[in-house]
Amino acid sequence: MISYLHKTLKKEGLSRRNFIQISSLSATGILLGLGVTSCGPDGKEVAGSWQPSVYLRIDSEGKVIITAHRSEMGQGIRTGLAMIVADELGADWEKVVVEQAVGDEKKYGNQNTDGSFSIRMYYQPLREAGATARHLLLAAAAEEWNVPASECEAKNGEVTHAGSGKSIGYGELTAAAAKLPVPNITDLKLKDTKDFTLIGKETPIVDLKDIVTGKAIYGIDAEVPNAKVAVIARCPVMGGSVSKFDDTAAKKIKGVLDIIELDAGGIPPQLNKPMGGIAVIAENTWAAIKGREALEITWDYGPNKDYDSEMQTKEMVKSFESEGTVRRKDGDVAKAMSGASKILDRTYTTPYFAHGMIEPPCALANVKDNTCEVWAPIQHPQFAKDSVVGALGLDDKNVTVNVTLLGGAFGRKSKPDFIVEAALLSQKSGHPIRLLWTREDDIHNDFLQGQSAHRIKVGLDKKNGVVAWDHHAAFPSIGATSNASVIQPSGFEIGMGATDLPFNIPNIQVETHDAKAHTRLGWLRSVCNIHNGFAIGSMVDEIAVTRGMDAKDNLLDLIGPDRSLTFDGIVGNHFNYGESLEDFPWETARLKNVIERAAKEANWGQTLPKGQGQGIAAFKSFLTYVACVVRVAVDEKGNLTIPEVHYALDCGVAVNVDRIKAQFEGGAIFGTSLGMMSKISYKDGRAEQDNFDGYRIARMPESPIEVKVHIVESSEKPTGIGEPPIPPFVPALCNAIYAATGKRITSLPIDLANTTA
Amino acid sequence: MPEFTININGKDHVVDVLEDTPLLWVIRDELQMKGTKFGCGKALCGACTVHFNGNATRSCSFPVSASVGGKITTIEGLSDNGDHPVQKAWMEHNVPQCGYCQPGQMMSAAALLNANPSPTDADIDAGMAGNLCRCGTYTRIKAAIHTAAKEK
Repeated sequence: MISYLHKTLKKEGLSRRNFIQISSLSATGILLGLGVTSCGPDGKEVAGSWQPSVYLRIDSEGKVIITAHRSEMGQGIRTGLAMIVADELGADWEKVVVEQAVGDEKKYGNQNTDGSFSIRMYYQPLREAGATARHLLLAAAAEEWNVPASECEAKNGEVTHAGSGKSIGYGELTAAAAKLPVPNITDLKLKDTKDFTLIGKETPIVDLKDIVTGKAIYGIDAEVPNAKVAVIARCPVMGGSVSKFDDTAAKKIKGVLDIIELDAGGIPPQLNKPMGGIAVIAENTWAAIKGREALEITWDYGPNKDYDSEMQTKEMVKSFESEGTVRRKDGDVAKAMSGASKILDRTYTTPYFAHGMIEPPCALANVKDNTCEVWAPIQHPQFAKDSVVGALGLDDKNVTVNVTLLGGAFGRKSKPDFIVEAALLSQKSGHPIRLLWTREDDIHNDFLQGQSAHRIKVGLDKKNGVVAWDHHAAFPSIGATSNASVIQPSGFEIGMGATDLPFNIPNIQVETHDAKAHTRLGWLRSVCNIHNGFAIGSMVDEIAVTRGMDAKDNLLDLIGPDRSLTFDGIVGNHFNYGESLEDFPWETARLKNVIERAAKEANWGQTLPKGQGQGIAAFKSFLTYVACVVRVAVDEKGNLTIPEVHYALDCGVAVNVDRIKAQFEGGAIFGTSLGMMSKISYKDGRAEQDNFDGYRIARMPESPIEVKVHIVESSEKPTGIGEPPIPPFVPALCNAIYAATGKRITSLPIDLANTTA
Repeated sequence: MPEFTININGKDHVVDVLEDTPLLWVIRDELQMKGTKFGCGKALCGACTVHFNGNATRSCSFPVSASVGGKITTIEGLSDNGDHPVQKAWMEHNVPQCGYCQPGQMMSAAALLNANPSPTDADIDAGMAGNLCRCGTYTRIKAAIHTAAKEK
């Protein structure tokens, strides 16, 4: 168990010294010598309560305060983390309160809420934290009653002794429990999974009532007295800067207080650096917005001023005619192709995608007397803290980052550039600053998921056996946001579905080609799995059609026999989402199982009316196995509806079943946006879209009508949930369109009217 | 700056703001009522939806000067204890994910049900098409509106 955490921490690059510190807190779950006084997540002392772990306090009234150190952005993590601790503790869920941790990774361990790994990384440590406290409470009660602890039971927030009929609440035991010796982790008895009372059940989120009454606090809602509002005019072209500006008219707007120039960010733009520009500080939001409109700015647009994304897509496709960089080599593709009796050859393209979370980037920062306190919707509070420390030249101990609820994030709010902006403006203006990005700011200057081109060639032999898979990919890399010389995908980007292709094909080659970055690039929910998945999942369907096989049977045939995949000697550095294949093996049987399950639940192969069709795709991403069956209906006018989606998934232990279902229901709708309508394009260096009219995301009438989620029961280690719904959805949708209309979608967003059968 | 008297949740407020100030920023900045959200500023996403004389209205694009004399209801005024049928149905179906758009969604749903006490799926699609949810809670929103309709 310790090795589990040790590995986790090692992966995070923490020093040995840090590890020892953290292991004494979170691995054992115990802070020694604290007695009955403990600290809240803000570091302030809370009298009369016992803190057996950094994640857990119990007060003398029996209230259980669980500290969520991961950010809540709709995935339900504040509830999921608390369920794990509370279940092992034997807490009364009605007495559980969740508090949000400030950014402090030395205290809490990794807080970077990204990559769908909160539960994967913390399931075990949080169980241990809860079990340690339970063990001590049992021991305290046993000592009090002078009976063996083994005869006592801890549940529903109290310890009972069946023999004597005695019972005592946790709150009354905290003082005694705090004085007892802490058990070794190896001596802890974790609950048997059959005894779980919360894990594996459907639990409403802890913030539900606050949300439906409008009381929940997001980043945009944070307040301190006398806060002023800031908006910033940023160059619409990445890497541009201010040549000159005139703020005479802006300063005349009633309520405008100050105009502040921020240094240009330059190229590479970095993940945590403001882009620079001219900030307007005002008494209220409207004055700030009007003040910005009144600014007259002459920009130096810089080297990206002529960037045209459509032209670059053409260049990316053209690049496939030359040799690329080999990223996976399995057998001899060239030889197999030359001997093939049939070759499929298809090129797929996808546009840039913006995050479009409804709460735009925003932050409240209060710099005073060389201290800075921030309240923000941030996925990665430690990165925000470090970035503020660096940009403002403050002492680490004087910077506090409070994490509010996030009004959607999807990867955008991992990047703390907007927090640094707010902090710099507070420092320069002398006011607490509430910074707002308008929707136009967000669409124009997002960290986009890069546009892509893929060309996949497949060779079949005389008997329709698939003998060769030759995949070429080009897309600007996220790596370029930090290092402008990066012009090829990094290992994790091409490793999201492409180099880890699970097919039993004797000759497989994956090559990548150059694509320079001209925008800020980042990661959007499931990252490169989006476009790798679209291309691969679509080609699989083309293979089925060519072979005259049922699409599901073809998919199972390509995956081949049950086995644990290894990529030794064929992929330079296999990406397994940060885990070893020993701990999280790649099991083809689990993928095949979800395919069979989804097909069965969707009544795959049913006879459908004219104009309807089913499509299927399956992917493993973020270590979770997912299959998706989409049914579409296309009427004579070409209007498309999605009556039904079935997902089957295997994520190991399912913690909050209701939130898993919710992530997949929402995932189908998020996937509908990616497939059907979302697109950012660039002309003259700038995004051609401004708001939700140009950058479209699915509305209710355009969304799937029913989404059914089927979860495989499993006792394997828990894996990701937030991102895995996305990759199989778009290809399943496109394959359903093919089944319904005979039209093969090769470019996103789907344009049925301009696609021929 | 001119003064405006606006009635929100049954109470008059006098505010001194630029006359083209959208109602949203009066509610949020001047009156410190944070339940009504900003999403797009162009009446495209519905996060800022309030009721103006009972009708769902995008407060981000509705100037304060136009709201004088009317009755405005925000999420804070939808019910006293979070027990409006729409709020109860939202909880029963565990609708929210991040929750940010939900005050706007619920205000649209409540206005829809006031005008049409038993909406069909198509009526709900039409009535809710102006409210975006990036988390994708539409299937549960639709189910919750049907539940709320039964209770009303």
